[in-house]
Formats: sequence, C-alpha cells, structure tokens
Amino acid sequence: MAGVPLVAYLALGLFLFSVGVVGVIIRRNPIVIFMCIELMLNAVNLTFLAFAKYMPSKLPTGTTPVAEASMSGQVMVIFVMAVAAAEVAVGLGIIMAIFRLRKEIDIDEMNLLRG
Amino acid sequence: MAQWFLDLHPAWQALVRVLLFLLPVLMLVPGLIWWERRLLSWMQDRIGPNRVATITWSKTSKMVPGFLRGKKTKLFGLLQPIADGVKLFFKEDVTPSASDRFLYFVAPGIALFPAFALGGTLPWAPWRSLTPIADVNIGILYVLAISSLGVYGVVLAGYSGNNKYSLMGGLRASAQLISYELAMGMSLACIVLATGSLKMTDMIKAQEGAFWGALPWAQNWFVFTPYGFVAMVVFMICMVAETNRAPFDLPEAENELIAGYHTEYSSMKFAVFFMGEYAAMFVFSGVLASVFFGGYNMAPFNWDYIAQNAPPFWAGVAGFLGKMNYWLAPLWFIGKIAFFISVYIWIRATLPRLRYDQLMSLGWKSLLPLATFNFIIVAAWILVNRLVTEQRSPLAGTIAGFGLWVVAGILAYSIWRIVKRASAEPELEVRTIKMVDPVGEATV
Amino acid sequence: MNTSELLTPNMGVFALLGGIAAFGAVGVVAFNNATRSALCLVLTFFTLAFLYFTLTAEMIGILQIVVYTGAIMVLFLFVIMLLNLGALKSLFEDRDPKMLIGGVLGLGMAALLGSQVLAPMAKVTQMRAPEGIGSPQSVGYSLFSTYLYPFEIASVLLLLGIVGSILLAKRRI
Repeated sequence: MAGVPLVAYLALGLFLFSVGVVGVIIRRNPIVIFMCIELMLNAVNLTFLAFAKYMPSKLPTGTTPVAEASMSGQVMVIFVMAVAAAEVAVGLGIIMAIFRLRKEIDIDEMNLLRG
Repeated sequence: MAQWFLDLHPAWQALVRVLLFLLPVLMLVPGLIWWERRLLSWMQDRIGPNRVATITWSKTSKMVPGFLRGKKTKLFGLLQPIADGVKLFFKEDVTPSASDRFLYFVAPGIALFPAFALGGTLPWAPWRSLTPIADVNIGILYVLAISSLGVYGVVLAGYSGNNKYSLMGGLRASAQLISYELAMGMSLACIVLATGSLKMTDMIKAQEGAFWGALPWAQNWFVFTPYGFVAMVVFMICMVAETNRAPFDLPEAENELIAGYHTEYSSMKFAVFFMGEYAAMFVFSGVLASVFFGGYNMAPFNWDYIAQNAPPFWAGVAGFLGKMNYWLAPLWFIGKIAFFISVYIWIRATLPRLRYDQLMSLGWKSLLPLATFNFIIVAAWILVNRLVTEQRSPLAGTIAGFGLWVVAGILAYSIWRIVKRASAEPELEVRTIKMVDPVGEATV
Repeated sequence: MNTSELLTPNMGVFALLGGIAAFGAVGVVAFNNATRSALCLVLTFFTLAFLYFTLTAEMIGILQIVVYTGAIMVLFLFVIMLLNLGALKSLFEDRDPKMLIGGVLGLGMAALLGSQVLAPMAKVTQMRAPEGIGSPQSVGYSLFSTYLYPFEIASVLLLLGIVGSILLAKRRI
C-alpha cells in the first residue's frame, strides 16, 4: 500500500521466518514441524511479493506489455506454492506410514539411522 | 445512478452494497425453509405445514369487523419458519463436555461465514454502482476460494464434539466437499475460457452477445452451447454436493445411522448450521444463474436489436420489454434463483441418498474426467471458431465447432467403452437350481 | 522518516494484519495441542492473503486462500485428526532446556538477517511496479509465455506428488 515502507513487509517476513525456524528446532511433533516449514515458505512468499512490488526487476520500456516486464516475483511465488503442495502431500504420507508402523510420532524416537 | 450516492465515501458505498445484498438474503432464508417444506410435501403427495398462523376470528368480539366474525383466515403456513425458530430458541441448549470449548462455540459461526461471503462478487442487477459488492478482476475465483473455506466449519464441528463418530462424520463430509470442489472449478474454468475473463459481470455481458455467433436477436446463454450445457450439468451436481443436500447428504443421514458432525449441537447453534446451508443454496443458485443462464436478464432475447430491426408494433413491445429487463433486473434474478432452488428440492424429493464410496467415485472418476475433457473441447472449439470465422463467417465458425463436438463425442464414447471393457469384472457364473421332481407331480 | 509520517491509515491496516499474522505464527509454535497449532496457521495464512491483496497481488492472494488455506491446511487437519483417532494422547511435550537454546538461536539468526537485509532497504517507500501487475491476465500471460518450461515441469512435479502419496498410503502395493 502507499505509505507503508518496504522494511515493514520485510520485517514481518523475517519475524515469520524466524518463528518457523524456532518451531522446527523446538517442537517434537513431526506434523507441527511440517507446519513450521510451511510457515517459513509463506514468509519467503511475502518477501518475494514485497520485493516484486517495491523494486521490480525490470520496468516496462515503451510498448513492452506489463506481463513481460516484472512478473518474476509473482511467478516465483506460484512455483513455491506448487512445490509446497506436492511436498505436503508426500510428507504427510510418510508421516502416516511411520505412524502405522511404530504407533508413535515423537521425532526424538526416530533414530534408526543413528550410527 | 443518483449522484449523491456516488459522492459518498467509498466505504459508505461499500456498506450500502453489502446491506443491499445481505438483508434480502437474510429475509428470504425463512421463506426458503417454508417453500422447501411445502414443495417437498406436494411432491410426496401430502400437504405440508399450512396450519401455523391460521387466524380464527372470534365470533362475539366487537373489535372484529362483521364479515370476519367466526371465519378462519388462512396464511398458508407462512409463519411456520418463525414457529420453528421460536421452538429452537426455547429448546434446551445442551453443551457436552466438549474437547475444546472455544472451537465448539465458534464452529457454527465458521460454518455460516462462507455461506454469506460467497456473494461478494455476484452481480444481481446491471446497475454497476450497486452490484456486485466488489467487482474485482478475480470474480469467479473468489467464489471457489470461499467455498473451499466452507470445509472448516464441518471439520471443526465434527472435531469439537469429543466423539469418535462425530469426528469421522466430519472428516467424511469434508472429504466429500473437497472432492467436488475440483470438478466445480474445472467446469467454471470452461466458462472462463469461453469468456476470456474471470469477472462474473463480463460473463453476463458475453452471454448477451449473438446466439451461437449467428442470430443477433437471441442471447447466447452458455447453457445453450454444448460445452456450456455439459459444464452446467457438472456444476449443478457439484453445487448440490457442496451444500450437503440430497442425494449427497450423507452427513445429515448419519444423524440417523451413527452420529453426524452436528450431532452435539442443539437449539440455536443447530439453527445457525441450517441457516448457513440455506444461504449457501441461495448464493450457489445465484452463481449458477449468473454464469450459465444469463444472470439478471429476463429472457434470452436481445430486446435492443429487436427494437431496431422489427416492424413498428413489435419494436414497441421489444422496447418496453427491454426497459422492464433493465429496471426489474433483481426480480428476474430472484426468479431464476427460486427456480433453481425448486430444482434442488425436486432432486431431494426424487433421488435416494448416495453411499459414501459411490459419492467419491462419482466425484473423482466421473465428474472430474468429464469436466476436464469438456475443458479441452472448449479450448479446441475456441480455436476452430476463431480460425473459421476469420476465413468465412461466424455461422460457419459455429458449425465447425459443432462438428468438432461430434467428433470429440464419438472419440470420448469409444475411449470410454474401451476402458470399461478392459476394466470390467469377470462375469460371474449364473447357476440355477433345478427342482428335481421324483414323483412327477408338478404340472407346470 | 519521522514517526508522524508513519501513522497513516494504510500503516494501521498493515499493523493490524501483520499483528494477526505474527500472533498466529507464535501460536503455531506455542500451543501443545496440534489442532490448535493448525488452526493458528490457518489464521496466519488467511491474513497473509489479505497482505498479498494490499500488495495488489490479487491473483496470488486468492490462490493463497484456495491452495494453502483451502487445501493444504485441510490436509493437515485431516492427518492430525486421524492420528488422534489412534488414541495417541501422549503427544504432550514438556518443557525442555533445549527450548531456550532454540529460542536464542532463532533470535540470533533473526538479528543477523535483519541487520544485513533491513538496514539497506530502510529508505524504500515507493511502490514502483507498473499498473495491472498481479492481475490474472498478467500472471497467466507470463506463465504461458516466459515461464512455460517451469510451468510444465511444475505440473510434472505435482503428478509425482500424486503418485508418491498414493503409493505411500496404500496398504498393499
């Protein structure tokens, strides 16, 4: 919006990202860890869009249509959303498979690969 | 539009638009309840509620005028919804030892919010300063987004009941909702492709063009085109599934069998759930009317074209009808909504309930492939139409499009037959029992 | 920029939306109950969609509601509730000294990133993107012309996701 400085959006994105990082470190429930990863991805989305709006990559020159000029930020966000959707589907499938096998989902107990 | 309205601050204008949409919907929901009960009863060969508010005038009181003393005035049971509301209001509000009290209280509100918010981009008249509430350029995607928020009310209501069966009921209902959202989005995407814009106002304007590109005196409602007809059928089935109405009302049926997702709710919270269901029916019918049936137009005729190119008497009639079309537009819109709600009730009275696996297989294995195939056909149609129209005439373009449809239909049918034959289960051997007659008494 | 220049209505709207999003994010980490964490995340995503609308990225905002709030979080809620059905009440996590270390590390990382990124950007206040950016036409046009290859590869990736999740969920392959 007009009148809101860029650092406001960036600070909010940074806050969401660090809350997500802290959540991944602290929590032991893998589903909540997954949700914190999604939070981090959303913080990144917000940062992409803020930069795309405030400092677009290439301003239109003459007759270049808008779409060619500075859409890279928004397209990046679309691809982040697509990748996040696929990742959530597969990741939750993995968690369900582990739960079916071991009947518990404490991340600290999943240490079969420990050398 | 009056200049004083346009001089107001945009926030006040938006408030007026919201109220102009919200208050009629709130007023019409009780009427909808009454109409459902009456129409359903007539279809089931009974009369339905007509006793409430039958006024029996006193025989002896002097305050009653003479011609009314001792007579009964029927109001056709129109106050039945008010009686229902009063009953629900005074019912005991049983609050179970819920697992999460905050969610238990908030879930009906979360279920009600999408039902009313769906109408944010719905144009109910051609007067652009009053409707739609927000003419954003993502019009129809807003409807899809809000309808996908409707899942949360169901899930949270099922979860907060602290009850395994209620939870399973809620999960099954939400699985049904998200499955039918896909086919709904695909069928709307066909119309978006045909229109070239996501706004519902642009869709209505595109439907006001010439019929099939060739007859300028008729309107080109999308339901009259082959791809639009298929898309309308898919959208109507998905619409019935999205509002949890029969024959897709497995969540409500589970009230009888095990426990549905709103089994732990009584009195006013239950009423809020049902109000949300009826409001969603109302708004979805409005979306169907706007996207496929020409919105607020009275009839599929271009009155202005007829008024210009017809003999004088008919031109006068067409001019008058054109003015009625413009000024009475909300009336035609509500008329179409009333028709579609009657179709909803008709479907409920006629069809039996679908089992859960039948429901999911219908959504994923029948509707979604059909809608996707239709989408491909629309794209091919537009391409063929554009190419042939540049070479010849619009009518030739339409005929080429129809030819494409015939070819595609034959192709689709043959593919379907091949797939069905390849995946058919083996025929079970039919055994009959032969009655052995040792004595020889049977004569048949 | 003085403080008085900052107190515009737009800044108030941003503060409200940003505050709700931040509160939801903290709620995700703070609640022990997984369902409440998921619902806080739903609130955060919904508010982020409104923040995208303020950045005039309306296509991305509505896609955020359809994809994230309407599908991904429903999937999360499904899985949480199905796992609760397994009578697993033992997901209560007690306080750990590791939590303090995690918090300090997060704070340190935020301070590091903030000092490097926020400081040079403090003077940017003008939105310089052209008109019509963020509309469905612009996004669709660029997805089908400049970014066609990533678009097709993303669709293959989603197909892989579908096949993978079906394979993981089947009891007998």
